[in-house]
Amino acid sequence: MKQWTTAIFALLLLAGCSAVQPSSETGTAAPSGEITVYTALEDDQLSSYLALFNEQHPEITVNIVRDSTGIITARLLAEKENPQADVVWGLAATSLLVAEQQEMLEAYAPAGLERVRAEFRDIDTPPHWVGIDTWFSAFCVNTVEIEKLGVTMPTGWADLVKPEYKGLIAMPNPASSGTGFLSVSAILQMMGEEAGWAYLDQLHENVAVYTHSGSKPCRMAGAGEVAIGISFDYRAIKQKEAGEPIEPVFPAEGSGWEIEANALVRKPEIVPAAKVFLDWAIGDDIMQLYAGSYPLTSVATEIPIPDGYPADPLAQLVENDFVRMAGEREQILAQWTERYDGKSEPR
Amino acid sequence: MSQRTLSPGRAEPGSLAKVTSEEWLRRSLLLFLLGFLLVSILLPLVPLGMRSLSDPQGNFVGLDNYVRYFSSPGLTSSLLNSLTIAGKTTLLAVGLAFVYAWALARTCMPGKHFFRAVALLPLVVPPLALAIGLVYLFGKKGLVTTGFFGFFEQNFGIALGFDLNLYGQNGILLGELIYCFPQAFLILAVAASMADARLYEASKVLNASPLRTFWSVTLPEMRYGLISAIFVCFTLAFTDFGIPKVVGGNYNVLATDIYKQVIGQQNFVMGATVSIVLLLPTVLAFVADRIAQRHQNAVLTARATPLHPRPTPLLDRFALVYCSLVAGTILAVTGTVIYASLVDVWPYRLELTLRHYDFSKVGGGGWEAYTNSLWMAFYTAGVGTAIIFAGAYLIEKSRTWSLLRQTAYFLSMISVALPGLVIGLAYIFLFNPTHWTLWGGKVPNPFAGLYGTMAILVLSNIVHFYTVSFMAATTALKQIDGELEAVSASLGVPFYRTFWRITLPLSLPAVAEIALYLFVNAMVTVSAVILLYSPQIKLASVAIVNLDDAGDTAAAAAMSVLVIAACLTVRVLYFWITRHLHRRTQAWRLP
Repeated sequence: MKQWTTAIFALLLLAGCSAVQPSSETGTAAPSGEITVYTALEDDQLSSYLALFNEQHPEITVNIVRDSTGIITARLLAEKENPQADVVWGLAATSLLVAEQQEMLEAYAPAGLERVRAEFRDIDTPPHWVGIDTWFSAFCVNTVEIEKLGVTMPTGWADLVKPEYKGLIAMPNPASSGTGFLSVSAILQMMGEEAGWAYLDQLHENVAVYTHSGSKPCRMAGAGEVAIGISFDYRAIKQKEAGEPIEPVFPAEGSGWEIEANALVRKPEIVPAAKVFLDWAIGDDIMQLYAGSYPLTSVATEIPIPDGYPADPLAQLVENDFVRMAGEREQILAQWTERYDGKSEPR
Repeated sequence: MSQRTLSPGRAEPGSLAKVTSEEWLRRSLLLFLLGFLLVSILLPLVPLGMRSLSDPQGNFVGLDNYVRYFSSPGLTSSLLNSLTIAGKTTLLAVGLAFVYAWALARTCMPGKHFFRAVALLPLVVPPLALAIGLVYLFGKKGLVTTGFFGFFEQNFGIALGFDLNLYGQNGILLGELIYCFPQAFLILAVAASMADARLYEASKVLNASPLRTFWSVTLPEMRYGLISAIFVCFTLAFTDFGIPKVVGGNYNVLATDIYKQVIGQQNFVMGATVSIVLLLPTVLAFVADRIAQRHQNAVLTARATPLHPRPTPLLDRFALVYCSLVAGTILAVTGTVIYASLVDVWPYRLELTLRHYDFSKVGGGGWEAYTNSLWMAFYTAGVGTAIIFAGAYLIEKSRTWSLLRQTAYFLSMISVALPGLVIGLAYIFLFNPTHWTLWGGKVPNPFAGLYGTMAILVLSNIVHFYTVSFMAATTALKQIDGELEAVSASLGVPFYRTFWRITLPLSLPAVAEIALYLFVNAMVTVSAVILLYSPQIKLASVAIVNLDDAGDTAAAAAMSVLVIAACLTVRVLYFWITRHLHRRTQAWRLP
C-alpha cells in the first residue's frame, strides 16, 4: 500500500514539474522565421488561407490564436505591457482603432497598399491598419417558422417594427457584441439621432431576446427558437448552406458594416517575418481566396460574388463614419443600456 | 462531545524553546502554502484592484469607477437579479443535494454506485453543452416544450407540451441548479458518509423519534458540510456567467455585466470594478461562516464506530424514488446532448447521423486540442490535489501560527468568488508583463516565464476550482478526530508520518473525489483558459465554444460528448481504483 501511493504521488508531482519545463521556451520573443498571429477570421476558412501561406513562405512558421472578435480584442489589449502577437490579421477595424488609441499598433505600409480601396484602410500614411474584407448586417429569417406563423417575409429595417413580429426577433446586445453595435450605429446614422432612437424603441417591442454574441441570433433562428435573427451576412449564408431553413435577408435600406483588417503590433522587437506576412495578407493570391467567401474585398478581384449575396454589395452598405462612431460608442451604449437593457423580463 | 476528550491530548502550542525540527518542517510547509496562495490568488487581484482605481489611461481616480458603476441605471436590477438567482439556487441545490447525499449514505436503497455517478455527471458536461441540452429540451422547439414534437398529442390525444419560458430567470435557475447540485453533493456526500453509529444507538436507546434523531444527531454532524455547501452554491451562482450568457435572455446579472465590459467593450477598468464588487458578498459570507464555525467538533472521534444503515423498507423506497427523479432529470439533459450530436439538422431534419463527429472540416484544433485538454486535466488533478489536500491538512491540523492559517484559509475560500473570466484577465495583467510598474519604478517580473505555458493554464485551473476541493478536503479532515494525531504525537511519531499512515488513508475517498473533480473541471472549463491558452496549446473546451459560435452546434455537441466520454472513462478507472483502495483503507468501516 505504502509504496503504491508513494509511486502515484511521485508520478503526479513529476508530471507537474515536467509540465512546466518543456513549454518554458515558447511564448517569449520569437526567432526570425516564427510569428504569432491573432485573428478573428472564421475557423473554417483559416486552414485554406494558411495552406497558401505555408506553400509560399515555407521558411516562416505561423502560430495562430483564433477566437471571436471580443476575446481576441480583449487578449490583445490586456497584453499591452508585453504583446504576444506580432501580427493581427482580420480583426474588426473598430477593435484596431481602440488598439491604435492605446498606441499598440506600429504604422506599416504593406507592399501593394496602393491597390487597396481608400475607404478600407486607415487614413494615416503609413497606415496603422489595412482592411481585407467587410461583413455587414443581415437578417436570418426562418422560412419554416414564418410560414407556420403566417407572417410575411421582412425585407428591411422598417418591416421589423410591424406588430406581427412581436416577440419573434433576436438581436445582439450592442454592449456585448460588435455585430450588435454595427446594426445600432447603422440605424442611428441612417435615420439620424432622434428618428433612430424612436425606431429602436419600436424595435425593442418586437425583440424577444438580446444575445451576447453576434452569431447567436442567427443560430437561434436556424433552430427555430426565434423567427428572425439580426446577425451578419456570412453567418446567414453559411447556415443556409448547412441545410437550415434560413433565408438571408439584406435590409432594403442598407446594412451596417465593418471592415476586417490587419495590423502590425508595436513591440520592442519587430521581426521581419511579420512584415512578410502582412505583405502576403493583402497580396493578389490570398485576395482570390478571400473573395471566395466574402463579396467585398479590399482589393478588387475577378472572382464572381459568392452565391446568396446581393449583386452589388457596395450599394448594400450604408454610409458609415467609423471614427465618429468609435468616438460616440460609449455614449451610444450607455443610452442603449438605459433604454432597453436590464429592464425587462422576457416577454 | 469530543471537545472535552480533545483538549488534554492536544499538542501544546510550541513555545520557542521547544520548536523541534519537525515543527520547523511544518512551519516551512505552511509558509510555502501561504506563498503559493498569495502569488496565485491574492497577487493577481492587485493589478485588478489598481485598475479599478484608475481611468483607462492609468491615472489614479480614486473611487470614481465605483461611484459611476453604482449610479449606472441597470445596476440595481442586476444586483437584485444576482441575489435572487443565488438565493433560489442555493436553497434548491443544497436542499436537493442534502436529501440525495443523505439517501445514499444512510439508507439501504439499491444502486448506490449508479446514483452517485449520475449525481456527479453534470460536472463532466461542458457548460455550453449543458446550455445546448436545456435549449433542446425546454427551448421554443424543445422536446418538453413541444411535447416531443406532438408525439403524445398525436398518439394518445393528450397535449403534454409545457413551456418553461426558458430564456430568462427560469433558464438561469435551471442551469445553475444543475451546475451547483453536484458541487453541493460532493461536499455533502463526504459529510454524510462520516457518522458515528454510537450516537444513533444512543438515540435509539433513548427512544428518540427519527425526526428528533435527524434534528439532534444528523444535522449537527453534517453542519460543517451544510454550511460549506451553502457558501459554495451561493457564491458559484452569484458569480457564474456561463449559463446567464447563453440562456439568460434579457435577465441581467452582475456576472454578465463583467462580460459586457471586458469582452463586449474592452473596458477593463469597469470590468475590474465589477469584479471587485463581486468579491464583496463572498467576503461577507466568509466572515459569517467563520463566526458560525468557531466551535467545530470532530464527528469521528477515535472511538467512533462506523454507521451501517439498516433496511427500512418505506424509507429505502422513498429514497429510491427520490434519487431516481433527480438522476432522471440529470440523465435527460445529458442524453439530450448526445442526441444533439447525432441529429442531422435540429429541429427540422431529425434523422440520425454521425457526420458531426468528423472534425476535419471544422476548425478549433480537433484531436490535438483534445489531447492537450487531457494533459492539462491530468496535471491539474495531480498537482492540484497534492497542493489542496496538503494545504487543507496544514490549515486544519496545525496548532501554531493561527493568524497565518486564518489568512491561508481565507485565501482558499475566496477563489470561488472569482469568475473564470476575471482569473484569466488578472493572470494576463500579472504574469504577462516583463516588468511590473510599481510607484513609477520598474521591477522585473519573476513569473514572466510562466506566461503562455501549460503551467499557467494548470495554475489558473487549480485556483479556479480551489475552494470546492479545499472544502471537500477540510470536511473530510474535520471529521477525523484530532485525538488520533494527539496520540501519535505523544508517541513521538512525527506529523508527516501520521499524515501518511493515518490521515491520508482515512481520507482517501475524499482525495480521489477531489482529483476527479479537478480533472473533469479542467476538461470542461472555458472562461479562464480562453484568455490564457497559447497558439501551441489549443484546448478542446475552447474548441467547443468556437464550434458553436461558428454555427456548428451539432459538432460542438459531438466534441462535448467526447469530453464527457473522457471524463466518464476516468470515472470508471477511479471506481476500480477506489474499490481497491477501499478494501485496503476503509476496511475499518466494515462491520
